[in-house]
Amino acid sequence: MTATRLALSTTFALSACQGSQTAFDPAGVEAERVLTLFWIMLAGGGAIWAVVVGLGFYATRVAPEQHSEKAGLRLIIWGGCGFTTIVLAALLFWGLKMMPELRRPADGPTVAVSGEQFWWRVAYGVEGDPGVVRNLPMGGVPSANEIRIPLGQRTEILLSSPDVIHSFWVPQLAGKMDAIPGRVNRLILEPTEAGVFNGACAEFCGTAHAQMGFRVVVVSESEFEAYVQAQAEPAAVVDSAGLDLFLQNGCAACHSVRGTPADGDVGPDLTHLASRRTIAAGLLPTTEENIAAFIASPDHLKPGVEMPAFGMLPNEQIAQIAAWLGSLE
Amino acid sequence: MTDRRTNATGEPNQEDEEVRRGQEERLRTVWAAPRSWRYWSAVNNTEVGVWYTAAAFGFMLFAGVLALMMRVQLAVPENDFLSATFYNQVYTLHGTAMMFLFAVPIFEAVAIILLPQMLGARDLPFPRLSAFGFWCFVIGGVFVCGSIFFGAAPNAGWFMYPPLTTNEQYTPGYGPDIWLLGLSFIEVASIAAAVELIVGTLKCRPPGMRLNLMPLYGWYVLVVAGMILFAFPPLIAGDILFELERMFDWPFFDPSRGGDPLLWQHLFWIFGHPEVYIVFLPAVALVAMIVPTFAQRPILGYSWIVLAAVGTGFISFGLWVHHMYTTGLPSISLGFFSAASEAVAIPTGVQIFVFLATLLTGRVIYSVPMLFVSGALAIFVIGGLTGVMVALVPFDWQAHDTYFVVGHLHCVLIGGMLFPLAAGIYYYWPIVGGRRLSDKLGRVAFWLMFAGFNLAFLPMHYSGLAGMARRVWTYSEELGVGMANFASSIGAFVFAAGFLVIVWDVLRPRGKEAHARRNPWNAGTLEWLTEMPGESWGVRSVPIVTTRYPLWEQPNFIDDVDKGRFYLPDAEEMKRETIITSVLDGEPLQCLRVPGPSFMPMIAAVLTGAVFIFATFHWWAATFAAMGLSVASIIVWLWRGTAEIPEKAEKNVGLGLKLPLYKSGPHSIGWWAMFITMTGDAMAFIGLIFGYYYFFTIHADFPPPAAVGPGVFWPGVALAMFALAWGAALFGGISNRAERIGTSRALMAAGTLTSLAGSAALLWGPYVTGLDPTAHVYPATVWVLAIWTAVHGGVGGLMLGYCLGRSFAGRLTPAHDVDISNVTLYWHFMGGTALLTVTTLALFPILT
Repeated sequence: MTATRLALSTTFALSACQGSQTAFDPAGVEAERVLTLFWIMLAGGGAIWAVVVGLGFYATRVAPEQHSEKAGLRLIIWGGCGFTTIVLAALLFWGLKMMPELRRPADGPTVAVSGEQFWWRVAYGVEGDPGVVRNLPMGGVPSANEIRIPLGQRTEILLSSPDVIHSFWVPQLAGKMDAIPGRVNRLILEPTEAGVFNGACAEFCGTAHAQMGFRVVVVSESEFEAYVQAQAEPAAVVDSAGLDLFLQNGCAACHSVRGTPADGDVGPDLTHLASRRTIAAGLLPTTEENIAAFIASPDHLKPGVEMPAFGMLPNEQIAQIAAWLGSLE
Repeated sequence: MTDRRTNATGEPNQEDEEVRRGQEERLRTVWAAPRSWRYWSAVNNTEVGVWYTAAAFGFMLFAGVLALMMRVQLAVPENDFLSATFYNQVYTLHGTAMMFLFAVPIFEAVAIILLPQMLGARDLPFPRLSAFGFWCFVIGGVFVCGSIFFGAAPNAGWFMYPPLTTNEQYTPGYGPDIWLLGLSFIEVASIAAAVELIVGTLKCRPPGMRLNLMPLYGWYVLVVAGMILFAFPPLIAGDILFELERMFDWPFFDPSRGGDPLLWQHLFWIFGHPEVYIVFLPAVALVAMIVPTFAQRPILGYSWIVLAAVGTGFISFGLWVHHMYTTGLPSISLGFFSAASEAVAIPTGVQIFVFLATLLTGRVIYSVPMLFVSGALAIFVIGGLTGVMVALVPFDWQAHDTYFVVGHLHCVLIGGMLFPLAAGIYYYWPIVGGRRLSDKLGRVAFWLMFAGFNLAFLPMHYSGLAGMARRVWTYSEELGVGMANFASSIGAFVFAAGFLVIVWDVLRPRGKEAHARRNPWNAGTLEWLTEMPGESWGVRSVPIVTTRYPLWEQPNFIDDVDKGRFYLPDAEEMKRETIITSVLDGEPLQCLRVPGPSFMPMIAAVLTGAVFIFATFHWWAATFAAMGLSVASIIVWLWRGTAEIPEKAEKNVGLGLKLPLYKSGPHSIGWWAMFITMTGDAMAFIGLIFGYYYFFTIHADFPPPAAVGPGVFWPGVALAMFALAWGAALFGGISNRAERIGTSRALMAAGTLTSLAGSAALLWGPYVTGLDPTAHVYPATVWVLAIWTAVHGGVGGLMLGYCLGRSFAGRLTPAHDVDISNVTLYWHFMGGTALLTVTTLALFPILT
């Protein structure tokens, strides 16, 4: 049992940064339907393109001589008006019909996600208010940059932002939805496969926009329950030099580690940092070396990041902090 | 007593060569461009149009270099050729410059060159306004582009979404201010050009050219200029709100004080989507001129294509929300805008099929312009089809803000605009340069551009769906789009090489190369009357036009024009003249004296530019000084250069036709220009009013109880004052015409004072009730409406004062009353503005 879990977690650790982000390999209901729609539109569009361009080639190169005006006018009426109207109407009908289906209310958990420069604040176990709300309910179990959702349920993601507009996009699961200050938007994720799926910020939000990623991990319902419960627990704190250095150097001004005096609310909650696949919003796999490198020089790895550099600390102190953070499962 | 130099009616005998030579000498002198340093005071369309085009292409090349820098950076994953901060400036400036400094201005530039030629006019009605627009454009463009050399360029994308851009905390520095103020200034230039082009197509057509005989290019100009008039003002309204927030912390887009970031998105895209068609339709217009020539037959389905162009213009205003499918709007709105977005493909399809049908029914001659037209068709249809895809809401949820959209928009813009423009360059170059461009270089350029384009932009559709968001300065190896991006980068350089071949073909030294023969493509429309090389007078005599393709369909046409057998074959009084006709039927109404070279437009543009530039850097004293000087320069320009009283009431323009030299009221071009300008102005005002009612729809407590302010009393006083001033303008004009000069002057003076008092009262309301514009979006909205209307009241007062001065100076008389008649028209708009403002500010809070 433990062996399997160990094997599993190693596989996950290895694939942490190799999760995919392509809409061509869907693993969610919306992404699947949209991909089918795309292939059909591509085939139809290709045929229309060939006919129109072929007609132009015929008229100018193959048979440049005069043809009857009657045929020409018929072409304008049936080709330009009739054909386009019919095709577009059919396509529109299909596209509109998809929407209520995809936007059906959720039957699974609600997760609040707040896009912030340049990471994602996550809260599990929140209550979604069906009315118009302007602020996210952030009271639940806090986490960051990695969202776990159960397979076989429709999870509702509530989206907003305290700073600028971001956009939440996991191409393999569904289309994107903006996180807008002063508004709460809803997105339904209905995965059809378990696995790790990469997400990105799709709306330009400042210097580090390109490196504002996240992971969505789809697990079974029971694993999801267990995960949220584990995240709700405080950190298993062992007295260590790393914790002392963490507190002494002001890290706690921005970060929380529940179970310690660190209760900052500016940056990501680090209580269970080591349980997450990546650090720095999907940028690097969670290893002690990467944590140390990021503490020493975050702006080098992620230009524009809000976190100040701690390169002035001796290397061994940074390593101690990193080792402690790396132990927070 | 007639000699051989005059005919039976006493007019000059056009068959006499000596008579003609004398006329040509006078025309040449009158229309000649000034020499040496005074050359830059030229205002004629042949000079200003060419400068305008050259400047737009200059900005295009600059933006193209920025694009290549981006492609180098993105060629391989995790590249560090550009830093994140610099890349963000580069992509923002690339989009901004291509849209605002190339795509839209090039339409105005080309239209300024071609439109008078196509309409057989000697010039557009307001050449100095064109020149003013050009100088504004150059100053604003250099200001915006130059910022990147100081690392201070705007860096948040060409649509500048707040709150990223409105808050100094997220975007420190001057970048967004440079974008807003530099481009607002250029928008003013665009609106000036729109006014010029609308009046040009409606009033400067040759006698006999009814509206349904107008060349298709004219129709497209009319549609596009009309769209500019309705699309740009909402953006100006948005810019005002934006800059007030950024500079003075008025919270229009700040949700913590009642604002909403989405309001900007609405205002921006109400402009931004029509903008796409403002870019695309003028290029279709070029194709609509090229296709009939190479099919050697008139366009098939003239009414179809005109209706389609007008239809596209209309529908394009109902699509803006398709840029906002992922902002969480209700499904029902998304459905409506999705349907409208699909619908716009129908008129677009009609236009394409009109061209195909014309080619099919003609005897096609294939040449370089046709090659570019074919390339345009192939690429644009791809862009159109992917457009149909992204117009569908569920697909857009995936594709939005990814490289799929980047690929789509470049297919539309390059296929729909740049390729037709290249076709236009090869087709029309003889009119500008007197020679044809090289067929061989043209083919080389085409194939490089065509191959390069497809290699660069087709893979982007893949990259986008494979997970690459747009506006990223780098991407990781694991994303799996390295190959696609590498191909895009290679393609971009091949494409650029192709474009440089065109640049070389245009600029290469010609030595003793022979001039092209006249009408080298055997076209049918008036612009091909141009001699090779061209004469500064444009057209030898202003023809009577009875067909759509007079060079094909009216016998002996070129010879009649050349021999001066039509109107205005001479410039007896050594003044620049052209003929003004009626809007629908093209009946000659007036012989218009067109103003000649002057430095005033340039000076006014420099001073107006200074206002915007100083404001960017918050140099308030300098800003207000420049504002005063710029108003003064415009008054001097108007005083010395407009509504001049001619030495005689009418003149013989040829063929026994006598036309008045002075007109006022709805038959005059000034009245039309005022009407059109004020329509645009009203659109900006409606943009601000939209803001007020937008907040009403999203907040339960907007507006707050009437007691909060600005109250009813002071706005009411303001409305009464404005009503008095409005009446004073109206009756001032009437009594002037009735030769009751004293009454008229008294009314003008009274109108000046009451309108200033009205402005003061309107501002006093929110001030005395203590509305603090930084506290909440409600007081901010009240203040912005009050200030808008108060400023318009001030301008209206100034105008009445100007008329009073003109009356005392003898430049405004009962028979020559253009000034007061146009100012009265201004006051009709001002009256409406005041009424709507006061109703909204004072009455609406009571009703709700």
